[in-house]
Amino acid sequence: MKKITALLLTLTFVFACVGCGSKSEETAEDTKSEGVMTYEEYMAAELESEVVVETYVQAKQSWWDNMATVYTQDKDGAYFLYNMACSEEDYDKLTTGTKIKVTGYKSEWAGEVEIIDATFEIEEGNYVAEAEDVTSLLASDDLINHQNEFVSFKGLTVEAAGQDDAGNDVAYLYSWDGSGQDGDDLYFKASVDGATYTFTIESYLCDNTTDVYNAVKNLNIGDTIDMEGFLYWYEGVNPHITSVTVK
Amino acid sequence: MSRIWKRSKSMILLAALVAGSLLTLTGCHGQKGMDAFVIPEEFDTSREYEITFWAKNDTNKTQTAIYEKAIADFEEIYPNITVNLRLYTDYGKIYNDVITNIATNTTPNVCITYPDHIATYLTGTNLVVPLDELLVDEKYGLSGSEVCFDSPAKEEIVPQFLKECSFGGHYYALPYMRSTEACYINKTYVEALGYTLPQALTWDFIWEVSETAMAQDEEGNYLVNGQKVMIPFIYKSTDNMMIQMLKQKDAGYSTDDGEILLFNDTTKELLYTIAEHADSGAFSTFKVSSYPANFLNAGQCIFAIDSTAGATWMGTDAPLCDISEDKIVEFETAVMPIPQFDTENPKMISQGPSVCIFNKEDPQEVMASWLFMQYLLTNDVQTAYAETEGYVPVTSKAQESAEYQNYLARGGEDNTTHYDIKIRATKLLLDNMGHTFVTPVFNGSTSLRDAAGQLVENTVKSSRRGEEIDEAYMEKLYSDINSLYRLDQLGNRNGMVFSEKAELGELPGTAVILLTSLATVWILMLLYVGCQGIKKRGNRKK
Repeated sequence: MKKITALLLTLTFVFACVGCGSKSEETAEDTKSEGVMTYEEYMAAELESEVVVETYVQAKQSWWDNMATVYTQDKDGAYFLYNMACSEEDYDKLTTGTKIKVTGYKSEWAGEVEIIDATFEIEEGNYVAEAEDVTSLLASDDLINHQNEFVSFKGLTVEAAGQDDAGNDVAYLYSWDGSGQDGDDLYFKASVDGATYTFTIESYLCDNTTDVYNAVKNLNIGDTIDMEGFLYWYEGVNPHITSVTVK
Repeated sequence: MSRIWKRSKSMILLAALVAGSLLTLTGCHGQKGMDAFVIPEEFDTSREYEITFWAKNDTNKTQTAIYEKAIADFEEIYPNITVNLRLYTDYGKIYNDVITNIATNTTPNVCITYPDHIATYLTGTNLVVPLDELLVDEKYGLSGSEVCFDSPAKEEIVPQFLKECSFGGHYYALPYMRSTEACYINKTYVEALGYTLPQALTWDFIWEVSETAMAQDEEGNYLVNGQKVMIPFIYKSTDNMMIQMLKQKDAGYSTDDGEILLFNDTTKELLYTIAEHADSGAFSTFKVSSYPANFLNAGQCIFAIDSTAGATWMGTDAPLCDISEDKIVEFETAVMPIPQFDTENPKMISQGPSVCIFNKEDPQEVMASWLFMQYLLTNDVQTAYAETEGYVPVTSKAQESAEYQNYLARGGEDNTTHYDIKIRATKLLLDNMGHTFVTPVFNGSTSLRDAAGQLVENTVKSSRRGEEIDEAYMEKLYSDINSLYRLDQLGNRNGMVFSEKAELGELPGTAVILLTSLATVWILMLLYVGCQGIKKRGNRKK
C-alpha cells in the first residue's frame, strides 16, 4: 500500500511539474489562440469594430450588476475592459495574472481606448506584468503607446495640488477641484524635469481603506516619490496610481 | 483639470433598479413601516439634534462651499441642531445609497433627490415625510411664526416648480434648483458652413448643418475645422433627448398613472433618424464619445446639448475646462433653447434637484430636518447656489431680489461669477419657464427614463458598428430594453405613488412565484431534515 501511495505521489509531482512547465512556457511565448488578435492587430483595428483578444488580469476596478471594469495586459500591451459582462462568481475568479479571452468592441472615450460591451472566458495561463518605468516618457508623444499599461514613475517631486479654504497650498485634493470628501477620488501633482503632471487615486480601484489612498493623504509638498499604477487616459494622460513610496 | 465622470453611473442605476424592485417586494408587503409623522405642538429647542444631509453638487468646489456655509449659518441660528454633510456628484449614487439604507433604517434626514426617485422610496411605509401640513403650519411652516429665519412663503415658491414635487396627491419634496437643457453652438462654424442661425432651432436645421460639417479633404481633415476629429452634434443626456422629442411630437411616453407608452412608432421613427446621423458620424452621445463641452471647446463639435447647469464648461473662455489650453479654439458661442419640431409651440424639460426629508422615530428630529430644508430655500442659499451654474432659484422671492437681478444684469463682466454664457443659459430658462414640462412620476418612472436614453445609446452604438438598423433590429431593441429595465413587469402596480401598504393591492405575479418557490424549498428542506432525523434515529436503533 505504501509503495502504491509513494508511486502515486511521485507521479502526481511529475505531472504537476510538467503541467507547470508547459503553462509557463505557454505564457512565455504568449501564443494567441486561433481567431485571437495580437496586440498589434488590436491596435490596428478600427474603432467600433469587434475585437477578440487574449490578455491577463492585472487589476480589477469595479464590479456591479454583472459588469466588471478590469485593467489587463499581455506581453505586448494593455487592454482596458470597461463594463464587461461578468457574474460576481466569475469576478472572484479574476485574480491578478488570470488569462482571459475577451470578445468585445474597440472603443474610445475621451482619449481612452478600451474594449466595451465585452464577454470573456477564463483560459489556462498566468502573467503578471512588471511595472515599466515611463518617467522619461512623461513629456513624450510616445507615452500614449503605453496606454493602460502597468507602469512606474520614479523620483518625482510632490507639488501643490491646489489650495484649501484658507488659501494654503495642499498636496492633494478630494475630486479634481477639491469639491469632494474622504472616499472620493484623490488628485495630486508631481513634477519631474521641470514639468508637472496630475495623478489620480481612482477610488473604485483603490478606496480610502487602501495603503495608497492613505499614503497620498500623508504626502507633503516637496516629497520625492516613486509611484506605480495604470496609464489611464482622460483628455490626456491620467494615471491611476496604485502605490506611492516616499523616498 | 479633469472632472472625470464616474462611468459606473449606469451600473449604479441598474443596481438601484434591482434594489428598488426588491424594496417594492419586501418593503410594501408585510414590512411594518414607520408611524406616520405628526407635527409636534412645539419644536423642543432644549434638546440637541444631529441630522444628516446628503447633497449633490456638480463636482464644483463653490457649490460645496455654499452647502458648508448654509450649514454653518443654520447652526448659528439653531445651535442645538448639527447638520452633517455628505457630498455626492451623482443623483444615481444617492438613489442607490438611499435604497440600501432603507433596509437598515439609516436613511439621511434631508436629501437632495429627483421626484422620480422619491416615487421608489415611497414604496416603503411612511418613509418619506409628506409636506402638505408642514408647508402651511402656522408656527413652523414656510415663513411660520416660530421659524427663526426669513424663509419664503409657500406662494413665493414658483408654483410650477412646487407642482413638480407633488405626486400621489401629496407634496413629498421641495424644489431646490431648476435648470433645463440648452444648445451651445459654435456660431463661427455654423456661419463658415454658409448657414445663419434661425430665431428658433429646429431638428432639421441641426441635422442638415451637421451633415454638411462632415465634408473632409483628401487627407481626412474636416473642412470646417481642419482637424481629424469632428462630431458636429453631441447630446449629453439621451434620456432627455428622447423624452423631449416625444413630447414635442405629442407622442406617447407614459401616462400619469404609469402606463408605459415609450415603445411606439414615433419613437421608432426618431431612432431611425438618429441612426442615420450616427452612421454618418454627424451625431454622437456623451456615453459613446465624452463630454460635449470638451469637443465644443476643441472646435470638434458644433451643437452641444447639455444642461444649463453645465454652462460654465462651455465656450472658449469657459471658467471650467477639462482639455488642455493648447487644444482650445477661438469661436463665438450661441446659447439657444433645444431644437424643436414645432417652433411655434416650444417644449423643453424642467429638471434640477429637489429636496425631501425622511421620516424618523422621533418627530422632533424630523422637525429639525424640516427647518433645515426650509433654510435651503432662503434667499442667501438660493441666489448663491444658482449663481454657481446656469440654475434658476426656485422662489420668486430670490429671483426678484436685488442681489439676483444685479447678478443677471452683469453678464459678461468677467469670466467667473458673471460668465456670459452661464448667465445667458440662466436667462434662457427664465424666459421659457412657460414652455417647460416634467414627466409623470410613479414607481418605475426612473427605469422608464433610463430606458428612453438606452434606446438612443444602443441605436447610436449599433449604427457606428455598421449594424443593420431595420424593423427586425427595432423589434429586438424594444424587447431587450423592455426586459433590461423590467418595464414589462411594472404593469398596473405602478399605477400610482404609494405610501400606504393597503393601496398596493395584490402581490405581483413574480413575487408570488418567488415566494411560492421559497416556501417550496423550505418545505423540501424541512422534509429532508425530517427524513434524515428519522433515518439517523433508525440507525441508532440498529
